[in-house]
Amino acid sequence: MVRTRYAPDRGLQARMGLTMFLLGVVFVAFVIALVFILAAFKLSGGAIIFFAVIFGGGMAFGSLFWSDKIALRAAGAQEVTPQQAPQLHGIIDRLCALADMPKPRVAIAQGDMPNAFATGRNSKNAVVCVTTGLLRRLDDKELEGVLAHEMSHVAHKDVVVMTIASFLGIMAALLVRFAFYGELFGGGGGRGGGNNNNNGGALPVMLIVMAVGVVVYAVSFLLIRLLSRYRELAADRAGALLTGQPSALASALTKVSGAMSAIPTKDLREAQALNAFYFAPAFKSDTVSLSTMFSTHPSLERRLRQLSEISTQLGQ
Amino acid sequence: MGFLDTLLGRTKPVQPNLDALFSLPTAAITLQAAMGFTPTGTGSVCFRATEGRAFHDIEAEVRELLSMGADAPQVEVTGDSYGFTWLVCKHSSDDMASLVTDLHAVNTSLADGGFGPQLLCTLVGFTDASGRKLGIVYLYKRGTFYPFAPQSGEHRDNALELEVRGNVGADLKTETDLSRWFPVWGAPGL
Repeated sequence: MVRTRYAPDRGLQARMGLTMFLLGVVFVAFVIALVFILAAFKLSGGAIIFFAVIFGGGMAFGSLFWSDKIALRAAGAQEVTPQQAPQLHGIIDRLCALADMPKPRVAIAQGDMPNAFATGRNSKNAVVCVTTGLLRRLDDKELEGVLAHEMSHVAHKDVVVMTIASFLGIMAALLVRFAFYGELFGGGGGRGGGNNNNNGGALPVMLIVMAVGVVVYAVSFLLIRLLSRYRELAADRAGALLTGQPSALASALTKVSGAMSAIPTKDLREAQALNAFYFAPAFKSDTVSLSTMFSTHPSLERRLRQLSEISTQLGQ
Repeated sequence: MGFLDTLLGRTKPVQPNLDALFSLPTAAITLQAAMGFTPTGTGSVCFRATEGRAFHDIEAEVRELLSMGADAPQVEVTGDSYGFTWLVCKHSSDDMASLVTDLHAVNTSLADGGFGPQLLCTLVGFTDASGRKLGIVYLYKRGTFYPFAPQSGEHRDNALELEVRGNVGADLKTETDLSRWFPVWGAPGL
């Protein structure tokens, strides 16, 4: 019997599954609450909900479909050929052969901030990007660990999963905004049919819809962040098992996070939109425990702990 | 990757396919007959060593296994700049069958020890009268072969590679996706 050292982390998967289930529950509850509120006041908010779904869906689809181009543009990255970056391509070639996955495109962003990200809606359109700061700071083994982490994001289709998860948050936020403007211009929730004969009743309804939207947005925001942290841990794990060198990734993480907090925040604000797909979050982390709830990445200690567990597992 | 694997963010390590290696001796005969390429008698197995004691024990076991027997091959272990380990076996150039058996023994030992996912590729070297070098690379995770013909200065002779594919296509399962013919520059045994 061949023993396996590559057992999946059931606990992590269970927590991830639960988080996604809760997101789904919040979504369904949100829709039901809207229907009930509007029905109770005999109002049709159909137009607002319709537009929120269309706009929210459009934004989610757009960011998914053009994710590779948007991210490369935002990071100011250039795609590189094997001739321009032979070592980087060589490492990725070998990782692809080890993991049996198609080769992603490779890009380099000019910038001193040591970081890497992977994006693209599927493995055909995937791009793996590293900054010149990362290339300068890490040795080949550590760089390989970071690239394996990024390629695990591609294999796990994290861009798709996180975009779908964010859809709920986007929609709730849009609904709040539309309800607000709808109220501002006195449009109420009516669609102009026979059912909005009472414009005076629209004010409290829209306030309630806004309140519900805010609550849903807050809850889904926390859940999405939690999900993002779990997916980072999953990518760390898959990457470390792929290279068989969890300690190299751990060393890269300490190097990168040490260097990151030394960089002034002014530079980093530009990178914030990309944060969810970055290897390590680009803003300064502080030690307040509440901040971990809002962060897209698990704490360094949490990641290092998991990697050292994997290291023990591989040595057995 | 199934839907559930995607949803839960897990990757199953890919297990290697080992038996296809035994089609190499036939392909070697074809290569010699059709293109004048003869085996150099050198073959190598490339794998990614994992950290920790367990892998090193198995690696030592493999080397011991290969050094036993009357016609034991010369075995040499080298590392490359990517952190991968190459285990090189040298036989006489007309003994392709023994070479393949030895390479297969290395693979089986690693796979039986639970390190199948760490195997990257196997390479068998060929050369012709004019000194052109050719490697047949076996990708474990795909179960396919592809030719690799390095020239000086990190260039590859694509024409030769495609010609080789045409010739050995009947004997070996060649990799159809050209983007996966990744180069192994400076591989030992070429």
